[in-house]
Amino acid sequence: MSPTWTRFNIVSVTLGFAFLYLPIVLLVIFSFNASKLVTVWGGFSTRWYVSLFQNQGLMDAAWVTIRVGLISATVATVLGTLGALALVRYTRFRGRVLFSGMIFAPLVMPDVITGLSLLLLFVAIDLDRGFATVTLAHITFTMCFVAVVVQSRLLTFDRSLEEAAMDLGAPPVRTFFQITLPVIAPAIISGWMLAFTLSLDDLVVASFTSGPGATTLPMKIYSQVRLGVTPEINAACTILIGLVTAGVIIASIVNKRREVQRLRDEQAAQRG
Amino acid sequence: MKSLGSIRKDFAPWNDSNAKPYIQFEQVTKKFGDFTAVNNLSLTIFEREFFALLGASGCGKSTLLRMLAGFEEPTSGRILLDGQNLAGIPPYRRPVNMMFQSYALFPHMTVEKNIAFGLKQEGMPAPEIEKRVAEMLKLVKLEAFAKRKPHQLSGGQRQRVALARSVAKRPKVLLLDEPLGALDKKLREETQFELMDLQQQLGLTFVVVTHDQEEAMTMADRIAIMDKGEVMQVATPAEVYEAPASRFVASFVGNVNIFEGKVIERTAQGAQLAGANGVQILVENAGDAVAGAEVAFAIRPEKIRVSSKRPADAANAMEGLVYDIAYLGDMTVYHVKLDNGQIVRASAMNATRTTDDPLTWDDRAWISFRPDAGVVLTR
Repeated sequence: MSPTWTRFNIVSVTLGFAFLYLPIVLLVIFSFNASKLVTVWGGFSTRWYVSLFQNQGLMDAAWVTIRVGLISATVATVLGTLGALALVRYTRFRGRVLFSGMIFAPLVMPDVITGLSLLLLFVAIDLDRGFATVTLAHITFTMCFVAVVVQSRLLTFDRSLEEAAMDLGAPPVRTFFQITLPVIAPAIISGWMLAFTLSLDDLVVASFTSGPGATTLPMKIYSQVRLGVTPEINAACTILIGLVTAGVIIASIVNKRREVQRLRDEQAAQRG
Repeated sequence: MKSLGSIRKDFAPWNDSNAKPYIQFEQVTKKFGDFTAVNNLSLTIFEREFFALLGASGCGKSTLLRMLAGFEEPTSGRILLDGQNLAGIPPYRRPVNMMFQSYALFPHMTVEKNIAFGLKQEGMPAPEIEKRVAEMLKLVKLEAFAKRKPHQLSGGQRQRVALARSVAKRPKVLLLDEPLGALDKKLREETQFELMDLQQQLGLTFVVVTHDQEEAMTMADRIAIMDKGEVMQVATPAEVYEAPASRFVASFVGNVNIFEGKVIERTAQGAQLAGANGVQILVENAGDAVAGAEVAFAIRPEKIRVSSKRPADAANAMEGLVYDIAYLGDMTVYHVKLDNGQIVRASAMNATRTTDDPLTWDDRAWISFRPDAGVVLTR
C-alpha cells in the first residue's frame, strides 16, 4: 500500500474521527469547566470532580451498578458457559435447534421488549422490584452473549485433549476442571468482561426492572439529565470513559505481549 | 525349504497353537447410524506384539483402536484384553494408553506436567512421579525441555512428549493412532526405528493404526489389512507382500502386476494359466485354484526381468515395447506395453554402474519371470 496522503484521504479521516470523537471530547472538556453553565467555558477547574464524590445519590447509584454488574456477569458466565457446552457437545438431543435459537434470540431482541417482558414476569410472580430483579434481568440478557463467545471457542476446541486426559485416567469431571476449563478460560474471561460491560451501561432493561433503592448509574444519569445537564454528570462520564479506555488499552497490551512471546517461543522451538 | 523373510527372531506366537491371545476382537461390529464402520470383525493380537492396522481412510481402523481405548463401545460382539471383557469399562479405567494423531498435548501444562498427568491420576506419590518423569524424559531425550510448554517445541519434540506421556503409566497395551503422520519424511524414518527399539525395551504390546504401508511394513510383526470395516488379511509383512490373500491386498501393498486369466491345467506342483490375448503363464504353487477357475496371477515388478532378447531358459516370457523408463538411481523402473495391450511394470536394481543390455523408449523388449515368482489369487 502506498503511504501517500491525498487531500481526499485526509478529509475523510478527519471527518470520520470527528464524527466519532467530537462529542466525547466536548464532554471531557466541559467536565473541567469552572462555570456552572454547561455550554459556556468559564476556565479550568476540577471542582465538579470533587462535588461528584460528595454527591451521595450518584455514588450510591455507582455502587449499585458495580454490584449488579459483578453478580450478574458472574452468574451469566456460569450459565452461559454451561449453555454453550450443551449446545456444542450434545449435538443429538431433541429440540437442539429450538434451544440454540432460543439462547441467541435475546441478542437481537430489542431491549424494550426484554425489559417489558421481564417486568411482566416479576409482577406476575409478585417479586418486589429492586436490586434482585435488576440483577436477574441482567443475568438473562447478558447470558446469551457469554454463550456466543464461549461457543465459538468450543467449536475449535480439540476434543482429543479431553480424550487424552480420560485415557490417562482422569474421570469426566476431573477432565473438565483440569483440562477443558483452563484451555477455554480466556474465552470465559472475555465473556465475563463482555457481560460486565453490558450490565454497566444498560439503561433500558434496568429502567423496567429496577425498583426503589436500586437505581443504577445510567438510570441516575439519565434522570438527572432530564432536569438539565450538570457538569457533575460530565465528570462522572469522563471517569467512566477513562476507566473503559484504560481497560481496553491494558487488555490489548497484554494480548500483544502474549502474542509476541508466543511467536518468539515458536521460533526458538523451530531453531532448537 | 524356502521361507519368507522374517524380522524378529523366534517371535511368532500366532503360529503357536498354545500361545495365549492377549487382545481378542470377537465378531465386533460398530455402527454409526446407518454407516457400518466395523463389520463382524474378529482379530487376535498377542502379548509383546507390534501389530499394525493398515488401510485407507474410512476403513474402520481408527474405530477399532478407539473401541480398544474405550472411546467407542461396539454395537455388538466383544473385546477381551488378557481374558477380561472390556465392555462397559470407561477409558479412564482401562489399562491401555493411546498416543493421539494430533498428540493432544495439554497446552497449558509444561512437558513435565504433561508426562506426570497420568501418574497423578493414579495417585502415585510425588517423589515417585518425579523419578518416573525424569526416566521418561531421558527415554525420549528431552531432559532439557522439561519446563517448556508444548507450543515451544518443534513437531518432532511434541511427538516425543506425546509418546513419553502415553508410556509413562506403563500400560499393558500402547495404542498409536498415525503416530508419525505429522512428521516430515526423514524424521519419520528415524522415528520408526526408535519406536521399534522402544517397544523392545519396554516389552509392551503396540497396536498402531496407519495408512502408510511402508511404516506398517517397517515396524510391525504382523499387519492387518483392512477395507470397509473388514479384515482382508492378517499376516507378517513378508507374507502380506509375497503371499497376498486377494487382489485387494496385492494391489494395496506395494506395486503389483495382475494378469486376469483362467486355469487351463493343474499339475502336481502348479498350474498352466491362460490370460487375455493368448498370454500363457506357468506357475508353481497355484494354491487351491482348480482347473477352469477364473483367477488372477500377481507378480511384483522387481521379480520381472526386462531384456532385449528372449532369455533362453525363461519359463515365462512375453514380448512388448518399452513404454516408459524411470531411472531412480538405486533402481530403474520399466513400463513395458505387451503386445496384448497390457502395461507391465518391472523394476531392476542397478547393482552395477553400467549395463550390457541398454534399453530405451520404444525398443522391443522381453519380460520374463520364473514360475515361482508370482502367486495365483482366487479372490
